[in-house]
Amino acid sequence: MADSSAAAAAHHAPSGEVTKRDLLQLIAVAGAAIGAGAIAWPLIDSMNPSKDVLALSSVEVDLTPVTEGQGITIVWQGKPIFVRHRTAAEIKEAQDVKLSDLIEPQADSARVKAGHDQWIVLIGICTHLGCVPLGNKPSDPRGEWGGWFCPCHGSQYDTSGRVRHGPAPANLALPPYAFESDTKIKVG
Amino acid sequence: MRPLRSLLAGVFAAGLLAAPALAQEGESLPHQKWSFDSLFGTFDLAAAQRGFQVYSNVCANCHSLQYLHYRDLSGIGLDGDEIKAIAAAVTVPQGLDDQGNPKDGPATPANQFRSPFANEKAARAANNGALPPDLSLIVNAREGGADYIYGILTGFVPAPSGFKMQDGMYYNKMFPGHQIGMPQPLQDGTVEYTDGTSNNLDQEAHDVITFLSWAANPELVERKQIGVRVILFLVFMAGITYAVKRKLWSDVH
Amino acid sequence: MAGLHKSEFANPVINWIDTRLPIFTMMQKEYGVFPTPKNFNYLWNFGALAMVNLMIMIITGIFLAMNYQPNTELAFGSVQHIMRDVNYGWLLRYVHQNGASMFFIVTYIHIFRGMYYGSYKNPRELLWILGVVILILMMATAFMGYVLPWGQMSYWGATVITNLFSAFPIVGPKIVTLLWGGFSVDNPTLNRFFSLHYLLPFVLVGVIFLHVAALHITGSNNPLGIDVKSPQDTLPFHPYYTVKDSVGICVYLAVFAALVFFAPNYLGDPNNFIPANPLQTPADIVPEWYFLPYYAILRSVPNKLLGVCMMFGSLLVLFVLPWLDTSRVRSARFRPIYRQLIWLWVVAVIVLGVCGAHKPEGIWVILSRVATLYYFLHFLVILPVLGKLERPLPLPESISQPVLGGRGGGPLPGSAPAKPMEKA
Repeated sequence: MADSSAAAAAHHAPSGEVTKRDLLQLIAVAGAAIGAGAIAWPLIDSMNPSKDVLALSSVEVDLTPVTEGQGITIVWQGKPIFVRHRTAAEIKEAQDVKLSDLIEPQADSARVKAGHDQWIVLIGICTHLGCVPLGNKPSDPRGEWGGWFCPCHGSQYDTSGRVRHGPAPANLALPPYAFESDTKIKVG
Repeated sequence: MRPLRSLLAGVFAAGLLAAPALAQEGESLPHQKWSFDSLFGTFDLAAAQRGFQVYSNVCANCHSLQYLHYRDLSGIGLDGDEIKAIAAAVTVPQGLDDQGNPKDGPATPANQFRSPFANEKAARAANNGALPPDLSLIVNAREGGADYIYGILTGFVPAPSGFKMQDGMYYNKMFPGHQIGMPQPLQDGTVEYTDGTSNNLDQEAHDVITFLSWAANPELVERKQIGVRVILFLVFMAGITYAVKRKLWSDVH
Repeated sequence: MAGLHKSEFANPVINWIDTRLPIFTMMQKEYGVFPTPKNFNYLWNFGALAMVNLMIMIITGIFLAMNYQPNTELAFGSVQHIMRDVNYGWLLRYVHQNGASMFFIVTYIHIFRGMYYGSYKNPRELLWILGVVILILMMATAFMGYVLPWGQMSYWGATVITNLFSAFPIVGPKIVTLLWGGFSVDNPTLNRFFSLHYLLPFVLVGVIFLHVAALHITGSNNPLGIDVKSPQDTLPFHPYYTVKDSVGICVYLAVFAALVFFAPNYLGDPNNFIPANPLQTPADIVPEWYFLPYYAILRSVPNKLLGVCMMFGSLLVLFVLPWLDTSRVRSARFRPIYRQLIWLWVVAVIVLGVCGAHKPEGIWVILSRVATLYYFLHFLVILPVLGKLERPLPLPESISQPVLGGRGGGPLPGSAPAKPMEKA
């Protein structure tokens, strides 16, 4: 392989066996691939939620100031969350309704945490086209079933957040949450 | 042919030597030993936690730390409950109530550190016209870094006789111009440490500067760790590619 | 004039594409078998390194822009948000920040290589001119990028540099107002600088494409500065120079990494960790290191307009360098006097750099004046005259001749008669 003009063609061993050069090349190419991957990861990861966004991925809500019949709206991950303190009559109404009367049948017990029947926690986004329903404040219109009323297209929800009158196709969604104590929940 | 090249090298070396020399005029900075200094140095977390105590008890009365959030304190080894408790003890503005009035409430770990003054004017009014600088980046924002801050914190000495002091100013041998608007913040025994560490001025200054160095460069430890791996990898790759190159070029004459 | 390309690639997919759009054939021709002089030294790595550096800057820049806020109220804080909260934000930011310095190191060495080996001479004048355009675009991009973090040096640097234009009579102040979009450096300025800082790198890509296209017309210069005479003088670009460039890239990345991971703020200014304050000028306003020589030239002249003209002139003179240098020999290896004086010019530039870092007082004023004088003397007097007076050493017959002569890699003084460079 003394002739320089032949050198280009000769960078593979003529017999096809693995030479030291081939091995070195293999390591170099593999190393370059690993390097490229290592460079790509920080770039991709920088697009994931940053620490300040993650810090707000769960919120704690103190329930003490919410009196019976009242509701509050908090923001969780950019979405309105309805927290409502239901009266005994509202709870009874929500529990007694026949499931066959519902558009999306679901028992009230499946929508509250056991032992905390008076608290209903909902994602406040109408399942029709994403408006925020009214009814969280006592002064708001609450619709025929005493829950929430969507001003955009007239959908109505009962005190369990279940849709009772279209056009919304489904019940108000439930956020993931847990009771940290009797008067404190953690959403998210 | 060579004399000019050596001249060039000489000029270059002189430039390099001159650079640090011109950094500081007047009294030279006392060089201190810092846990985070060396190539593999990390933050002494116990010192940083004591430093946070110094900051909270002393500095925070005048100096903000606005680019930090309470959640960041996990970086000096505090756990979630400790951070929650620290945040909850602070009252911060929390938007508006239903009547549209601003309301306050306990901070959460997601909150920024509360600033001692509402705005720059309030800060100046309360401090004889001087603005206590934000401390989030103070270690990076001063020539000399941690050593300079140490020089300031330990540089309060009686003014030499004949030195004309302005009203409300304090003499500091390390401060440019020697007149500083800040009274001596730390003295022996200013802070009571719970872990039994001696609370003399030197220790307090070291602790709070460790904390502030972390506050300015919270990525430092991760950065150095990744850096060692990256450089080892690149040196290895340089060796491999050089070997490939040597083999390949051995045919060329 | 339609017609399918006759592709020679065996892979059916590549062949299908190449038949319709012969990009693979082009790549093969320009970067595969491209005949490249076989006697490059490692200084010929720096063009490829600059290309890699530009890619690094564009990629990190795009990801930084996803989190940066070009607003005077938010800019400084958004950089802190990147440094503290964005995943690997500190890495992106430090790479981008130090990448600017690396870019200038690499480019300055690339330029020096061109000057030492006479790469600007016929027929590569246009290639060189495009290079100077790239340098000026780079400097504009770097300057505007430095303003974006909106620290004290950002603000005051922007104020001082934009004010340079006020030196021009009559239109000067109008130009400055136009640049600012107001009556001082403020939000409109920051906004447009961000816009242009994002745009210019892509303009750079375009000019670099032309730079490389021109290079591939004339072919590369080489350390001997003589033309390629036969296929024996060249090697295919791949694998010989792709591998040799890879060695350089690894070493360069290691230096880059050392800076980013262990001394990310070594080349920065502490004042830029203080948010911009239009009411308080820092004690020393110093530009980034890569602008220091120009800054020293600016300050070496007591007259404002003349200083500005000299500073811009120090760059513009590079455009006519191919015609100022009257010597017909390219490489400094065969120019015994130029080989010394080019180093003296380098010394002058470094002296200017050191002067730029100091307050213009005492010895620094005198030094910067002497160095400025020599800087221009070199281009405007020495190069034109030297070309006529200097007696070059004999040039080798061809690139492979020294080897065929059996005497190793260096040029062979006295083995061939002095011979003027041939035209390609």
